[in-house]
Amino acid sequence: MKELLIIAIGSALVNNVVLSQFLGICPFLGVSKKVDTAAGMGGAVVFVITIASLVTSLIYKFILMPLGFEYLQTIVFILIIAALVQFVEMFLKKAMPPLYNALGVYLPLITTNCAVLGVALTNVQKEYSILQGIINGIGTSVGFLIAIVIMAGIREKIEYNDISESFQGTPIVLVTATLMAIAFCGFSGLI
Amino acid sequence: MNNCTERIYNGLVKENPTFVLMLGMCPTLAVTTSAINGVGMGLSTTVVLVLSNMLISMLRKIIPDSVRMPAFIVVVASFVTIVQFLLEGFVPSLYASLGIYIPLIVVNCIILGRAESYASKNPVLPSIFDGIGMGLGFTVGLAAIGIVREVIGTGAIFGRQLLPLADAAAGKGGYVPVTIFILPPGAFLVLAFLVALQNKVRSNAAKKGKKVPEATGCGEGCASCGNSACGGKVFPTGNEE
Repeated sequence: MKELLIIAIGSALVNNVVLSQFLGICPFLGVSKKVDTAAGMGGAVVFVITIASLVTSLIYKFILMPLGFEYLQTIVFILIIAALVQFVEMFLKKAMPPLYNALGVYLPLITTNCAVLGVALTNVQKEYSILQGIINGIGTSVGFLIAIVIMAGIREKIEYNDISESFQGTPIVLVTATLMAIAFCGFSGLI
Repeated sequence: MNNCTERIYNGLVKENPTFVLMLGMCPTLAVTTSAINGVGMGLSTTVVLVLSNMLISMLRKIIPDSVRMPAFIVVVASFVTIVQFLLEGFVPSLYASLGIYIPLIVVNCIILGRAESYASKNPVLPSIFDGIGMGLGFTVGLAAIGIVREVIGTGAIFGRQLLPLADAAAGKGGYVPVTIFILPPGAFLVLAFLVALQNKVRSNAAKKGKKVPEATGCGEGCASCGNSACGGKVFPTGNEE
């Protein structure tokens, strides 16, 4: 139990997926203008990463490992993730329209989000069990949700600031990310 | 042959993936803690890019349009796996320091973007040179950012001490490294100034009436990097228009 908690806190705060591992930078910069959309994107990422880390660890443990096909992991994982995202989208559209309306538009954007593949590969690299893999997935994606929602909150405020011409848009967002990354460095003593 | 040199110029200068198009930001931020890591990552990406451009261009008339995305991904992922094993075997130190970012070359926007927008529409030779140009452009970008971060963060360049370090114990004056530049926040800061510089150049060019290619990298949705045509849907669902 204690070990799982350490994995969760480690992946959510200490090694934050965006601010210290630089995975999923594109949606972090692109979809963080408003808190609502950022929360929607974050929710969709939590949903997809949790399912993807479950499915990829199952396939790795029960198909690739027994057959000695570990070297195919990159190819298999990326195809599984791409198929899975589309499948989840179709399933939600049919079965849970309210959830689809909240997350649907963000789902296709996640296919090539490197955070999803990154979690699947980290699970293999660190030799996590299936449960540990899922916890790592949830922790990582919650870390993404925290980072993108904080960023959107700050961006809503700095909208009204007087920023010099060259720094408008992406540069000021990156400076904000710098300060957030410094703050998140403070978590490194946590575990 | 003129066309080929034009492709290299295009990749290195006109549509430089790092400085102009802003593609592949994840590896750009993550591996540029030192110049040598930047060059290693850039060259690995170049190899994958050239080989995948070549193969995709060869197969461009065979691959059916509706399954082109999965086909491209399989091609790219195969070459990435090969490069990963070669690095593990021959350059273990680089393999260790690049770590998980080597398999993540698969989702690098530059590679799928070039496959979709250039290699799938052009003959083999120009596609190879397009790969070389884009790859070298990316390598130069990563090396430049890596050099800035390494010099400010450690006072060294490619591992050689450039600025004599201060030694308080010996009472020797010198350069005090700003360690934060080789930590994650430094990556964001360097990139922020880079994009600000780019904005400045762009607005100056716009005043003179020159056209600079748009930064396609992390704009609105990244949906995603070249495969916006299929709205992020990798596998055909049968209801695309």
